[in-house]
Amino acid sequence: MGTPSYTDGPAGHRTPPARGVPRRRHFADRPRRSVLLTALMGLTALYALLPLAWLVINATKTQKSLLDSFGLWFSGDFALWDNITQTLTYDDGIFVRWFLNTLLYVVAGAGGATFLAVLGGYGLAKFDFPGKRAVFATVIGAVAVPATALAVPTFLMFSKAGLTDTPWAVVVPSLVSPFGLYLMWVFAAEAVPAELLEAARVDGSGELRTFFQVALPLLTPGIVTVLLFTMVQTWNNYFLPLIMLKDPDWYPLTLGLNAWNEQASTAGGHAVFNLVITGSLLTIVPLVAAFLLLQRYWRSGLAAGSVKG
Amino acid sequence: MRTMTRRAMRGVGLLCAAALSLTACGSSEESGSDKAVSTGELRTALKKGGSITVWAWEPTLEKVVDDFEKKYPEVEVKLVNAGTGNDQYTALQNAVQAGSGVPDVAQIEYYALGQFALGESLEDLSRYGADQFKNAYSTGPWSAVTAEDAVYALPMDSGPMALFYNKKVLDKHRIAVPTTWDEYLEAARALHAADPKAYIANDTGDAGFTTSMIWQAGGTPFKNTGTDVTVDLTGDKGVTAFTEVWQKLLDEKLLAPVTNWSDEWYKGLADGTIATLATGAWMPANFVSGVESAAGDWRAAALPQWEKGAEVSSENGGSSLAVMKAGKNKDLAYAFNEYANHSEGVQARIEAGAFPATTADLASPTFLDTAFPYFGGQKANEIFARSANQVPEGWSYLPYQVYANSVFNDSVGKAYVSGTTLADGLKAWQKAAVDYGTDQGFDVNK
Repeated sequence: MGTPSYTDGPAGHRTPPARGVPRRRHFADRPRRSVLLTALMGLTALYALLPLAWLVINATKTQKSLLDSFGLWFSGDFALWDNITQTLTYDDGIFVRWFLNTLLYVVAGAGGATFLAVLGGYGLAKFDFPGKRAVFATVIGAVAVPATALAVPTFLMFSKAGLTDTPWAVVVPSLVSPFGLYLMWVFAAEAVPAELLEAARVDGSGELRTFFQVALPLLTPGIVTVLLFTMVQTWNNYFLPLIMLKDPDWYPLTLGLNAWNEQASTAGGHAVFNLVITGSLLTIVPLVAAFLLLQRYWRSGLAAGSVKG
Repeated sequence: MRTMTRRAMRGVGLLCAAALSLTACGSSEESGSDKAVSTGELRTALKKGGSITVWAWEPTLEKVVDDFEKKYPEVEVKLVNAGTGNDQYTALQNAVQAGSGVPDVAQIEYYALGQFALGESLEDLSRYGADQFKNAYSTGPWSAVTAEDAVYALPMDSGPMALFYNKKVLDKHRIAVPTTWDEYLEAARALHAADPKAYIANDTGDAGFTTSMIWQAGGTPFKNTGTDVTVDLTGDKGVTAFTEVWQKLLDEKLLAPVTNWSDEWYKGLADGTIATLATGAWMPANFVSGVESAAGDWRAAALPQWEKGAEVSSENGGSSLAVMKAGKNKDLAYAFNEYANHSEGVQARIEAGAFPATTADLASPTFLDTAFPYFGGQKANEIFARSANQVPEGWSYLPYQVYANSVFNDSVGKAYVSGTTLADGLKAWQKAAVDYGTDQGFDVNK
């Protein structure tokens, strides 16, 4: 359990170098394997954090210094606050509108999808009914079909119903999350012991009450996981709104930022890369916040599951 | 009235023949849809009012919409940026196919017009009298929006080509502004030798640029008469002229591997590593907004020539506004279109930095005398206006150019990244274009 570096004991205690590799430095007390792992971890972390660092650094630059400075270091005036103000006010503050739209799609879409997945998953895990195998096959099949492949048929369907170019066209398809349903199903099967439900029933609790008071608390880690998944998915969704929405007033952030980016590639258009970058930074802030806030529940939940074993 | 109908009928017949597999051409004459509309009727429609939706990404239209609504308070114009270029065409095609959500007016680039005209999606504007406007627009744009007797759109802007060059960079290395493409090649060699980081131009394969160059060299690789389509990218003289020079630039690695419109491209234009840019006259506005830090370094010059002493130019880019057949309020749509592209709206757009397609504006002294502070006070419009008059006639695009351009990088683009030659790439492009056209029911190269 644990890496050797944790069990080394007090500083100065020497462990023989792994596999007899000669040590070059005296203070390099830790086994070589650990150094390698640390280096690899460091590289991975760097790889993951570099784009983020780039984003933060470049959000502080003006459009002008973006183009004539080195990408990974600060240069010119520190324009972060200025950029943020501009991002929020450019084009009559449409960014704020996009932000609220995205929030709406996430709350209604991801929230709804999670709710449905929890209900469905619990039901499928804990109740027997005819056709369950068919449902299982359908769900697994649905997981395998990429959302992109469904986008055009969905568009035609919504268009016939006259729902394209309305928020419904984004929210309703987002409500369907086969993967979330599958995850909840598997999780509920494991996390909610059948004995507990039986005990509740024996005590005279109705099915709804059992679900809300007994099952739901046990399901929290699963719910948080599904919520995080669907949230990220809806927040970053690009293709579905792209084909469904034409009215920029209903764009989510992804489409809006792309529209700003495209502005640079049209005759007479204004290049606003600084706003695109600052806007992207603002766009990921809520996701980062959601992860930091929700990961506690997520982790404690995973641990709880492991103890139960 | 009689001739009007006959003319329209002929147009419809032609389109049906050409569009065999694109759309089903019913025998039903949409009654009333071919009817001529007088200016009086338009005026009444404007007074009565209503609302129209315009899909366009061109930024100067915002001002035009404001002015238009002020002048006709009963009319509401909803200007929607439904995407740029291809994104918008996809959306437009989707909407047409779905039969709902089609805008009244749509911005369509010249190269893409044929595709929508053939798909029976565009209103023939000659019933509003737009066929009388022939002399109001410069030749390139006008021939792009017309086919036979039909007028499918009104030209919004034009892109007569010019050579933009970074004077500071060329002066520093004592390189003269090239006047022929051979001199351009020499300049490319001299520049890259003097400063290995600097390139005469960037190119990673751009269908619009390539076709413009072939156009200037007198080529007509695409011909299109109703159902018969000809694609000749192997023997055409314009193609040969282009590949001869461009292949050398590629072989000697004299072109910066930077894609147009990327942030790297803006960076190269700003820091002097991309020294020239042969493109349309709409570019100055983009210089001002996107390449701010190089203000004063750049100048415009006439496009280099294929033959010394010649005065031939070409068009690059440019777009039009079309009235959609499935639009709800076609009379108002046309009225707006004419306002934006033929009457008052034009001036507002020029002031906002658009390059006009209207001959009167191209010849007006105020326009020609405009000094560009960005170009060190140069009166660049003189160069652009002359270029607009030097565009060879007889050029046409494929009736499915949007598709063809979308596969350009799979074929010709290879010449930029691998050992394939440009000529081989163009041959592959031709094959792709012939195959697609045949699949769509055209008689290609028969």
